Amino acid sequence: MPANRFNGFTNYGVGIGLRAPHYEHILARKPVCDWFEIISENYMIDGGRPLHILDQILEQYRVVQHGVSMYFGSAEKANREHLLRLKALVRRTKTPWVSDHLCWGSVDGRYTHDLLPMPYTFEAARLTAQKIREVRDFLEVPVVVENVSSYAEFHISEMTEWEFLNEVVERADCGILLDVNNIYVSSQNHNFDPFTYVNSVPAERVAQMHIAGHSKYRKYILDTHDHPVIDPVWKLYDRAIQRIGHTATLLEWDDRIPSFDEVHKEARKANKFLASASLAAAV
Amino acid sequence: MKLRALQRRMARAVMAPLTRKERMRRLAVDGRPMAQLAAQIIKPNDRLTSFERLEIYNRQYWFRVLDGFSEDFPGLRAVLGDRRFEAVARAYLTACPSRSFTMRNLGSRLEPWLRKHPEHALGRLELALDMVRLEWAEIEAFDGSAESSLRPEDLAGADPSKLRLRLQPYIHLLDLRYPVDDLLLAIKHDAGTDVASNAFNERQRRKKVSAVARLKPAAVYLAVHRVDFFVYFRRLEREEFAILRALQKGRTLDRSIEIGFRSSPIPVSERAEHAAAWFQNWSSLGWFVSAEGSSR
Repeated sequence: MPANRFNGFTNYGVGIGLRAPHYEHILARKPVCDWFEIISENYMIDGGRPLHILDQILEQYRVVQHGVSMYFGSAEKANREHLLRLKALVRRTKTPWVSDHLCWGSVDGRYTHDLLPMPYTFEAARLTAQKIREVRDFLEVPVVVENVSSYAEFHISEMTEWEFLNEVVERADCGILLDVNNIYVSSQNHNFDPFTYVNSVPAERVAQMHIAGHSKYRKYILDTHDHPVIDPVWKLYDRAIQRIGHTATLLEWDDRIPSFDEVHKEARKANKFLASASLAAAV
Repeated sequence: MKLRALQRRMARAVMAPLTRKERMRRLAVDGRPMAQLAAQIIKPNDRLTSFERLEIYNRQYWFRVLDGFSEDFPGLRAVLGDRRFEAVARAYLTACPSRSFTMRNLGSRLEPWLRKHPEHALGRLELALDMVRLEWAEIEAFDGSAESSLRPEDLAGADPSKLRLRLQPYIHLLDLRYPVDDLLLAIKHDAGTDVASNAFNERQRRKKVSAVARLKPAAVYLAVHRVDFFVYFRRLEREEFAILRALQKGRTLDRSIEIGFRSSPIPVSERAEHAAAWFQNWSSLGWFVSAEGSSR
């Protein structure tokens, strides 16, 4: 699904997350990179160096916004100041779509700054979808939601995670940012087949994909974004690309960040899978 | 259970303080067993109990906010020492959890909180407060808004008795009782030094920190400002500080200068020369913006 209404009918290739340790390299060397993903909250500020750097990046590269604290699944209303600042940034970056997570993280105005898992209930799906619609209408740009990795499941859940994802995106009529690393992490933590998840996602709604590394502990896996992508995740990505087609793909590397070249090299491994998907589509 | 009720219950557990060994507490704030609360909302699996699954989130929450807080206040850590700083961080974040979508604002309520809880500063309250004010001003100056600076010709012919000059929104004026700017610069200098031995680096840091921390109180007037997107601390004369603060409060130029030189030891005959030099300096730093201007 190379271009669709959920990614603004764009056809982006492989990108990486824009991170502060790489600013100097990018501005000095101007490496070829198809696009950058920014963490919206890092630039929802009044001024200063981060915005100055962003403006320079915008002159030369395509940038897509990815948020971490809209909390579509929180029972409370969206924060007004957050929305206003996010919209100002959307206008600045001209991002073709905005993504954030299918999760919650705040309650009664208190923020955990975490991506907490949803209870997979119809009530939660309805409220979450309503909020996604409100945010999209306010921002006037396509909104896509990302599946999170999780370490807990709730007794009150009435469906599987992928059924919940489908329920939400259908109700909200929004796109999906499919994070195959998160699917893998959750599958290990909750004992399900990750391929069942990938095979259940509505391909026509996938606007973007994420790949990343994680950390394995004795009894669970943590989504730490501090390692290269492991083979089982690449296999899952391969399957997703076969189903969905050539899709904008981004490597997340947020901790113990290596050089720009190393991160970019790891991201570009995705090209092999994208090329075979394109070839298959052409045949 | 409704969504909001579940989220309230889980958030209370996730944000509850950890034990000294950084594990989830056995009892919730209301005295009920945490294992029981966890079991009511979270399923166990074949490797982890409900308690252990909830504990992952509880620990992640604290590791995240403590990391963020530590990054923002290295100077306060130096003033209080590692153990006391950790205790302050945990007590403050328990009392004042984040109310912002961004972690940048984690420390926004630290100064008033510390004033209300002086026992946490162990006799170093004034020094600790000065450092907190400086470090928060640095955060604000880093990403505060900037407006177009006034040019000299913008002021041509202006009547000083009516002229009101505004300062750049990112500028923060601080009157301090300790030279904490020196201390913070020493800490940052050492943190930026790429020395092969961490132990050596740590010894140097402690040596320098303790030396500066022993300094006697001394009135310091400071402007925390930006040049080319980097934050700087600029020491000011008392009169400079008073003039700038009066301007910041919206006083006219005439009135601000009058306030600035009130009970000043600078001879009246030399004041015009001083003021002219200061204004030239402030203008060259682009500190003034028009009174009508508006940020954002």
